[in-house]
Amino acid sequence: MEPQLSWYLALSAVLFTIGVTGVIIKRNVIAMFMCIELMLNAVNLTFVAFASFFQDVVGQLFVFIVMTVAAAEAAVGLGIIIAIFRNRESLDVDDASILKL
Amino acid sequence: MENNLLSLIIFAPLAGAAINWFVGRRVRDERFIGVVACGSIAISTLVAFYLALGSGGALRSETPVLDHIWTWLHVGTFRADFALAMDRLSGTYALFVTFVGFLIHVFAVGYMHGETGFYRFFAFLNLFMFAMLTLILADNFVLMFVGWEGVGLCSYLLIGYYVDRKEAGDAAKKAFITNRIGDWGFVLGIMLTFFVTGSVSFFANPAVGEVAHTALSFFKNQPVDPFTAGAIIAGGATSIAVLLFIGAAGKSAQIPLYVWLPDAMAGPTPVSALIHAATMVTAGVYMIVRCSEIFVHAPTAMFIVAIIGAATALFAATIGLAQNDIKKVLAYSTISQLGYMFLACGVGAFIAAIFHVITHAFFKALLFLGSGSVIHGMHHEQDMRRMGGLKKYMPITFATMVTGWLAISGILPFAGFFSKDEILWKTWSASIPFSKLLWAVGALTALLTAVYMTRMMVMTFWGDERFRDQHAVKHVEPDAHHGPVVPHESPLVMTIPLIVLAVLSTIGGFIGVPYALSSIFADKDVNVIEHTLHPVVATVPSSEHAVAESHPEEPPVTTEHAPAATAAHATHSGEEISAERMLAGVSLLIAGLGIGAGWYLFKRRPLLQMPRLLENKYYVDEIYDAALIRPIEVGSREGLWKIFDMGVIDGILHSIGDLFTEAGRLARYLQAGFVRGYTAIILFGALILIGLFAFTWAFQVATQ
Repeated sequence: MEPQLSWYLALSAVLFTIGVTGVIIKRNVIAMFMCIELMLNAVNLTFVAFASFFQDVVGQLFVFIVMTVAAAEAAVGLGIIIAIFRNRESLDVDDASILKL
Repeated sequence: MENNLLSLIIFAPLAGAAINWFVGRRVRDERFIGVVACGSIAISTLVAFYLALGSGGALRSETPVLDHIWTWLHVGTFRADFALAMDRLSGTYALFVTFVGFLIHVFAVGYMHGETGFYRFFAFLNLFMFAMLTLILADNFVLMFVGWEGVGLCSYLLIGYYVDRKEAGDAAKKAFITNRIGDWGFVLGIMLTFFVTGSVSFFANPAVGEVAHTALSFFKNQPVDPFTAGAIIAGGATSIAVLLFIGAAGKSAQIPLYVWLPDAMAGPTPVSALIHAATMVTAGVYMIVRCSEIFVHAPTAMFIVAIIGAATALFAATIGLAQNDIKKVLAYSTISQLGYMFLACGVGAFIAAIFHVITHAFFKALLFLGSGSVIHGMHHEQDMRRMGGLKKYMPITFATMVTGWLAISGILPFAGFFSKDEILWKTWSASIPFSKLLWAVGALTALLTAVYMTRMMVMTFWGDERFRDQHAVKHVEPDAHHGPVVPHESPLVMTIPLIVLAVLSTIGGFIGVPYALSSIFADKDVNVIEHTLHPVVATVPSSEHAVAESHPEEPPVTTEHAPAATAAHATHSGEEISAERMLAGVSLLIAGLGIGAGWYLFKRRPLLQMPRLLENKYYVDEIYDAALIRPIEVGSREGLWKIFDMGVIDGILHSIGDLFTEAGRLARYLQAGFVRGYTAIILFGALILIGLFAFTWAFQVATQ
């Protein structure tokens, strides 16, 4: 049986949902960060699937851009995580909650 | 006829003002400043005389001399140019304004000697001449209003010239604010004129291709408004005339807006002479005569003008009777004489009004300058109770002021007699209700004028030398730095203008000798001013004569531009001439009686106590204070400020501020600081959007 487009989309949706759920329920910053990467890659998978389905290279180009942005985001995000840890000796996001009125 | 020299008349004083303000304040050389100030006015005077009297001059031709400087406002059909026009009326005015102005400038050089604000004074004085000449020579209402406001500003600046005296500043503000009330009427009058006639110009100006009717010529073929009170609010000629008269009453100090003029005497005396006697205060008369075409179509307005004029004349004369400050006497005298001029306008004797303006400019400028000379000689003493016997010390001032005194009293060969007699005669023969009563008021005013002028002369120049005596008047505090003074005659620069004005006050009346008097000597009409002004001044249309049953002998006044000589000549019927001669005799008798009475009353007892009511000016200032100023102040403070401003205005603003504060207080519960909370909100929003898309898609599919 040939893999169908809908399979890829379903997998992507499952991965994205796991990522969203993880961001919301996890308190550890690094775990949240990993979940964000999971969401990004779920989207990547959609892109690639559609690019293959429509025989259009633009979808694959977008994947490259998303990966670049994800790399940059990982660098900045990890830097912020290290800074938070140095300041608070904690990776719990609920501890970093003073940015409010 | 276009002649660009005309603009030199107004711009020479402006240049003088600029030079004195920017250069004079650095040079601070009285000779330089004086030469610049007087020189610029001299240029104006020469140009004015050349343009008015030279070959083809404004006073000789039927068409005005025009000078279109630039197009100022041109919106749709509204057109107001910065353009000057000298016709017979504005030419006559420009002549005496420049000439008398020049003399007063020369006098002021002597009077203001040693003042620290010398340059400032002359800069303002030149600026005043610029504004006054703009007012006179303007060819439309709007530019006239510019000059009108300009003279008001300069009046304010010059009344408040002594910046270290509080009463001068108060008087300046009073003058300015009172004039504002009048200007309100003037502005509305201009607007209504444009609304009714579609133009604000006085003259058709071919240079700019303006061939349509002007604001004044529009009324030529209009029917005369009915003589009813309702015409005042009908929005026609009567409404315009009444509004313009409000403006004139403010500028020319008529009841009820006269209160600023006596206080304006806080300014230097040359200012009082130039602005508050000879020129600016007669601007209202000029404006009414300029708009005579409108006024003759508004008999109700004319009647109001006559009543107010007569009332002001009598009212001010009675107050003048009891003043002890030499300048206050002259100030009330000026108001009274202005009342005369308005009385003349009100009965349709516009030429007589202008004639009186001219002679009044001569003798009142003379009297003011003479009083300035006295004040100067007395080391700034103005109270007549501390003068007396000055004729020995100040012979030239005395001699010149005697001519002014006789002129204003109306003794025969002097200028005032002819103009005052002309007004009284025109009032007597006018075909309006109560004309005989108005004449009686005018005659009584003439009597009082002679009395109070005699009182002033006697108190100042005759009798005991009270200036040596510190305690002549008990309730006057002896002033330490004044001390007993020895009066001295003023320098030549001050006495020469006095002498010139004295000559003019003596012979100035001969430009307007009525036919009734000149025909005694020769059957020749020598009424120069009548002939000069007749073509440019509207006459009361003959239809109004139908109303006047009491004067069947009244000759029809021709409104055509027939040669003035024949037109005027045709009106001389035998009985009228004898009546006019009789009235001239009566007014001469009144003048003599007044002087005699004044002499009898005050020669022996110069300090005779006058009625308190008169001395306190009928308490008008106090009444105004209680009836108008206090309520406005209290209403502003308690009502407008504390209730409206602090309650309503501030309340609205504070409510708006509170609204946003409260909204913010509620909105900030969203911002808890927990990252996962924010994430949940984002997710929630995204779900709503996706749900919306899904729903619309499903809806479209379902409806297809």
